[in-house]
Amino acid sequence: MIGATEIKLSPDELLEVCRRLMAEGARLQLAYAWFPEPGTPELIYLADKKRLEPFPLLRCRLLDGRRELPSLAAITPLLGWYEREIQDLCGIRFNGHPEPAPLVLHEGAQPPMPPLDPRYQPEQMMAYSPQPWKLPPVEGDDVQQLPFGPVRADVLESAQIVFYYVGEGILHCHPRLFFKHRGLEKQFEGLSPLMGVVLAERISGVDSFAHALAFCQAIESACACRVPQRALYLRVLLAEMERLYNHLHYLGQLCHTTTLKVGEAQGKLLEEQCKQMNGEFTGSRFLRALLMPGGMRRDLNLSGLGEQLRRLEPQIVDYLEELETTNSHLDRLLTTGPLPRQVAFDQGASGPIKRASGIQRDLRWSHPYAAYGSFTVDVPVRTEGDAHARSRIRMEEIRASLKLIYSVLEQLPNGAVSAEVRPAPGAEAIGWCESTRGSIYHCVHLDEAGRLARVKVKSPSFSNWRVFPFTVHDSNMMDYAINEASFGLTMAGCDR
Amino acid sequence: MPVWTLYGLKRGVATNPWPQGHETTARGVQGMPRFHPERCTEGCRICADVCLPGAIRITETKKGERLSLDYGKCVACQMCTEFCPHDAMEKSEDWAFAVSKRADLIWDEALASLPARALTEKIHSAFGRSLHVRHVDAGSCNGCESELQALNNPYYNLHRLGIFFTPSPRFADLLLVTGTVTYAMKEALLETYNAMPEPRWVMAMGTCAVSGGAVGGGYACGRGVEGILPVDIYVPGCPPNPAAMIQGLLLLLNRTTQLVQGGHYAK
Repeated sequence: MIGATEIKLSPDELLEVCRRLMAEGARLQLAYAWFPEPGTPELIYLADKKRLEPFPLLRCRLLDGRRELPSLAAITPLLGWYEREIQDLCGIRFNGHPEPAPLVLHEGAQPPMPPLDPRYQPEQMMAYSPQPWKLPPVEGDDVQQLPFGPVRADVLESAQIVFYYVGEGILHCHPRLFFKHRGLEKQFEGLSPLMGVVLAERISGVDSFAHALAFCQAIESACACRVPQRALYLRVLLAEMERLYNHLHYLGQLCHTTTLKVGEAQGKLLEEQCKQMNGEFTGSRFLRALLMPGGMRRDLNLSGLGEQLRRLEPQIVDYLEELETTNSHLDRLLTTGPLPRQVAFDQGASGPIKRASGIQRDLRWSHPYAAYGSFTVDVPVRTEGDAHARSRIRMEEIRASLKLIYSVLEQLPNGAVSAEVRPAPGAEAIGWCESTRGSIYHCVHLDEAGRLARVKVKSPSFSNWRVFPFTVHDSNMMDYAINEASFGLTMAGCDR
Repeated sequence: MPVWTLYGLKRGVATNPWPQGHETTARGVQGMPRFHPERCTEGCRICADVCLPGAIRITETKKGERLSLDYGKCVACQMCTEFCPHDAMEKSEDWAFAVSKRADLIWDEALASLPARALTEKIHSAFGRSLHVRHVDAGSCNGCESELQALNNPYYNLHRLGIFFTPSPRFADLLLVTGTVTYAMKEALLETYNAMPEPRWVMAMGTCAVSGGAVGGGYACGRGVEGILPVDIYVPGCPPNPAAMIQGLLLLLNRTTQLVQGGHYAK
């Protein structure tokens, strides 16, 4: 697969090779299965080793009707969810999995065969009869159970959180997610790469540009397409514009949970101003309908953008300083929801979450794409791992994004913004991108006609939702909303 | 704390008076394509081929091929406007597409005048001018949620119009649904609706809720609210921008007029 160094192995070698990779300092990133031929699934594990080195990739084909593999969740816990997803969607069992319950498909969903099997009729809705969710047993006299969701207060995305608590103290938190599972990976199948972009933009609305970018880069690698310089620079600029409005929204939302009303209003007003700028200069508040494989769909006239941003910048800087000197706000954030470095690493934390727990990793810096290689990318890191550190990382990224946008505007080359993409039957490639919330990978397999045969989407919220409960156990109810807001998660990206 | 009060006061009023004054709040935002049938040529199906949600279809009739256009499926991806060789699909800033009848989103060659709407009159007398809304995310991409949250920012300040989001369906007049209604959210959506007191209304917000949009169908996704709950107002858009959402809410309250009839957009 283009973008990775491959190791082909048999199911029996899997454990050993994975152990060796980890001993060499690699961290597994994702796993998925696909069907190169009907009835013969292939497992793919993607890891991340050193800066500027290709990603190590393990391929393991299951021959002769075999449908089981040893689970790697015990040695690399972050794979636990990926294995459960493969189990639900591809019908492959993982022996020795510590928590083998269904994950992506809710109990009571009865697909006639695993939905990602190519023989599954694309238009066939699964039969579903809702069944009670199996929860871990609760012991003790005073322990109470509180199911919260899936329809929650405010305008929030759907998810259910079950708390076991005594008084104010949370003993255990058990999120039930994937209410919003739309089966998007299946829907990519059979589309042309161009139509795939429209779908990729709708995986997670507030990460529209990042998902579309990772997808386009995968197609471009597969088709050996050289994207013109101007398009690469524009991509950096737009990706940073996306980060900017998302981070401002994040800070406003965090103020909402600490009941700092004016802080919330100001954060969300600044977000609105950034979204309006997106609309004015690109035609879309969510930076949609801009990307296509080969470059940009059209050139943009950005005259005036720099001036508008420079007018907005003092307000942003002022706002950040004000937040950092408000005791009532800081009191609620400091020491709230600490995430130790080791847990962040083992459970797969991504983006600002892992950088707040001391892991210096950012795909823009470690595996530069678009024109990021031509710029200095600041990667802020903190070691406290609490809600305050998570918000500080975002604040520093806002400053870094502004700096990057100005540099791009200064150096923006002229010229074409798109190149021809020649179809590449049977090609496979990985596209990646550091979105607002963390790393996005799109693994794309093309069929003999150059159409999409399989697209695996790894979104940062899938990683961070797995990590999040580790910061909730043994905390208290008062802090829950603040802690959740400090993670800045989306459901749509996680559930897909 | 007092510092923040001063901070807020110093910044003055940020709110835009829309829909009063008709100053556009979405400068430059591209809306649904405007269709010019006279420029269309027979035998060309380029626009239909690049329309992922199937809003544009070519159908065979006795009189030859006909193009059908359904704005209830359009996600404003702008593909048709960029690929049509004859400019029959024109980029526009038409985004206030809220309607009370689904059929009004379908392009009608011979636009007939439609009967007056009795429904909104009834709501007007029942609620005066205030409205309490319960939102349910039934499987969106979170673009709609992002814009719904924006309604409460100082710029749009929805409260000035007497419209409030309420945490409990027991206090809600309107069920505002976003997303395609996935298999797992259908039950929760119905339970929320059943918990609402009558009279109650339903709004399908965003193209996903109207028709499934670009992602509808498949093994888990669903195709919108229709057939699951009785829909009173449809607001297509991907996502509708906050001003388009306000237009839909005011349309329900009979405080503004519908701009779209038979797929034609009034200016």
